[in-house]
Amino acid sequence: MDSKAYLDMSLLRFTTAGSVDDGKSTLIGRLLYDSKSIFEDQLLAIEETSKRKGQEEVDLSLLTDGLRAEREQGITIDVAYRYFATPLRKFIIADTPGHIQYTRNMVTGASTANLAIILVDARNGVLEQTLRHTFIASLLNIPHVVFCINKMDLVGYKKETYDTIKKELEQLVVKLNLRDARFIPISAKYGDNVVDPSEHMDWYNGTTLLHLLETIEINHDLNMTDGRFPVQYVIRPQQKDHHDYRGYAGRIASGIFKPGDKVKVLPSELTTEIKAIDFYREEIDEAQPSQSITLRLTHEIDISRGGMIVHQGNEPTISNNFTLDICWFNEKPLDLSKKYLLRHTTNELKCIIKEVNYRTNIVTYEKDFADKNIKMNEIANITLVTAKPIFYDSYRKNRTTGSVILIDEGTNETVAAGMIN
Amino acid sequence: MREIAAQFEKPVLLFSGGKDSIVLVHLAVKAFYPARIPFPLLHIDTGHNFQETLDYRDELVERTGAKLYVGSVQASIDKGRATEEMGIGASRNKLQTVTLLDTLEELKADAAIGGGRRDEEKARAKERFFSHRDAFGQWDPKNQRPELWNLFNGKKNMGEHFRVFPISNWTEMDVWQYILMENIPMPSLYYTHKRRVFMRDGIWLAEAPFMELKDGEEIVELDVRCRTIGDISCTGLNLSTADNLEDIVKEVAASRVTERGGRSDDKRSEAAMEDRKKEGYF
Repeated sequence: MDSKAYLDMSLLRFTTAGSVDDGKSTLIGRLLYDSKSIFEDQLLAIEETSKRKGQEEVDLSLLTDGLRAEREQGITIDVAYRYFATPLRKFIIADTPGHIQYTRNMVTGASTANLAIILVDARNGVLEQTLRHTFIASLLNIPHVVFCINKMDLVGYKKETYDTIKKELEQLVVKLNLRDARFIPISAKYGDNVVDPSEHMDWYNGTTLLHLLETIEINHDLNMTDGRFPVQYVIRPQQKDHHDYRGYAGRIASGIFKPGDKVKVLPSELTTEIKAIDFYREEIDEAQPSQSITLRLTHEIDISRGGMIVHQGNEPTISNNFTLDICWFNEKPLDLSKKYLLRHTTNELKCIIKEVNYRTNIVTYEKDFADKNIKMNEIANITLVTAKPIFYDSYRKNRTTGSVILIDEGTNETVAAGMIN
Repeated sequence: MREIAAQFEKPVLLFSGGKDSIVLVHLAVKAFYPARIPFPLLHIDTGHNFQETLDYRDELVERTGAKLYVGSVQASIDKGRATEEMGIGASRNKLQTVTLLDTLEELKADAAIGGGRRDEEKARAKERFFSHRDAFGQWDPKNQRPELWNLFNGKKNMGEHFRVFPISNWTEMDVWQYILMENIPMPSLYYTHKRRVFMRDGIWLAEAPFMELKDGEEIVELDVRCRTIGDISCTGLNLSTADNLEDIVKEVAASRVTERGGRSDDKRSEAAMEDRKKEGYF
């Protein structure tokens, strides 16, 4: 495959959610192993460790457990990133633990994912953790969810078992209003429908998991309509040969920008046009979401980091008072008397939590208006007041301009992740 | 890159002469163009570098107009800050940590940018982009901050600093393809050349004045190249005749061993990297 083709390959980022006994690590190991993405020395290392642990077969889950403590305990503690590629696509797996005390890790891994794989043990069906994992995928607005009903080998590969579980999951999809949900019966241990089609499930006509991962459309997931460019860094060389150069560098959050576009600069609300879009030494005709570029404007307007350049006529909400869903990360519970720092795109400002509106039960999905004491790993809806207005869109419309993190001023810890309503 | 320049006051880019740090410099040049890179490069010189690495470094600094600081491990040894390992298999790899932390403190650097990637090695799989190090330069896996979306929290107290890894999500293949696409000049060590080497524990190591040979180890001259570059004492050389980037890429793609599989510093124990990081290593 030539170099240009490799770099043009699309990238799919997906999470894998499931409990330690669901076979999630085995599934990842199998994807890496069967797509020939693991190296000889890695395979040798896990073969040796498997033998030392007294296991008969190669324990593929050992591929994904990195840190010492985890290897000793046999479970994953943090978000582990794994990389592999097939001729069709590059992948990044964010492997997260399934226990409820690691909800925050799941939220973290899910924040940048295009797709979520949720594992269900065919023997047990939909469990509390399935409800939790699906809720998180929905909350984080992951565009595609794939339910893998695993361990089909242990239920005799029966269609009825799969259908029953699938029906229950479909109700969940409707309840949570998931954008796109798929279902696949698999056996991670023996490889059925993971990379190769299963020989034991003739009744299943769908694709294998890997084929789905390779071909699922992700282009449409990008927001190409709302032009949002948060200013990250101002480039002013002030050198002899670039005396007057003033460029606003950053990453396109959404929308398409072209030279000549009529734009508005926030917070000043002054209007101007894009004079040029620089990409290193070239001037380009068009810039798309996720591209890191430098904008030059027709007029000399004072913008600093934290400002935003948007298209005239299609502007974000400007306010210092708004509601959002948060996941609390910190061991110390939410404290209404505390001042926090908010990071939103390239902006950082002080804020206070005015009110906790309700706590969300992530199993029943009900709103709890009574118990408003928000502890680690809990999801709540709050009202925030910021020192200055920010320019945002709802998270459902724009994952970049609708997302925030809260930082504890004293400890510098990231205490919560937020999704603006 | 831009985020680092925006969030930190005195970042430095850790430059080793290896392909990952070379890519970092290239990315930095592109990020701030047409201005110069707004932070200096820092090279921790063990004294056991391949000469080609040093030559390349000096040429790069001239080409990009970047500022270079060099921290010397030999100087740390002379000052008594670090103790030389002796005997067969001795290396200055671990000593780098002392020099690194001392130099970062001297420069009052609040962020050190490195070319570490998550796919390189198990302990790096969990590393953040912005990795907090405490006042002792140490990494505690339990203290790392969650990184959501594209929002990075680089806040710290006095005396603390960050290690930042901009190419965390790049695989070895991504790095080489990028080098090929951007036509970045690379040190000659990556290409095939004749070198006097000897075999130890299944790996070809380079002959050097400070390398002690065991009984039975013989020097032969072979066509070799490096897939990853560290000190002479711990860099395995591969038999290869690849003399251009396209062939290197093909070799990497067909390779059956991970990039760091040829690094004897990782082999010392299963958790070698993790332990070194806890002490303050890269």
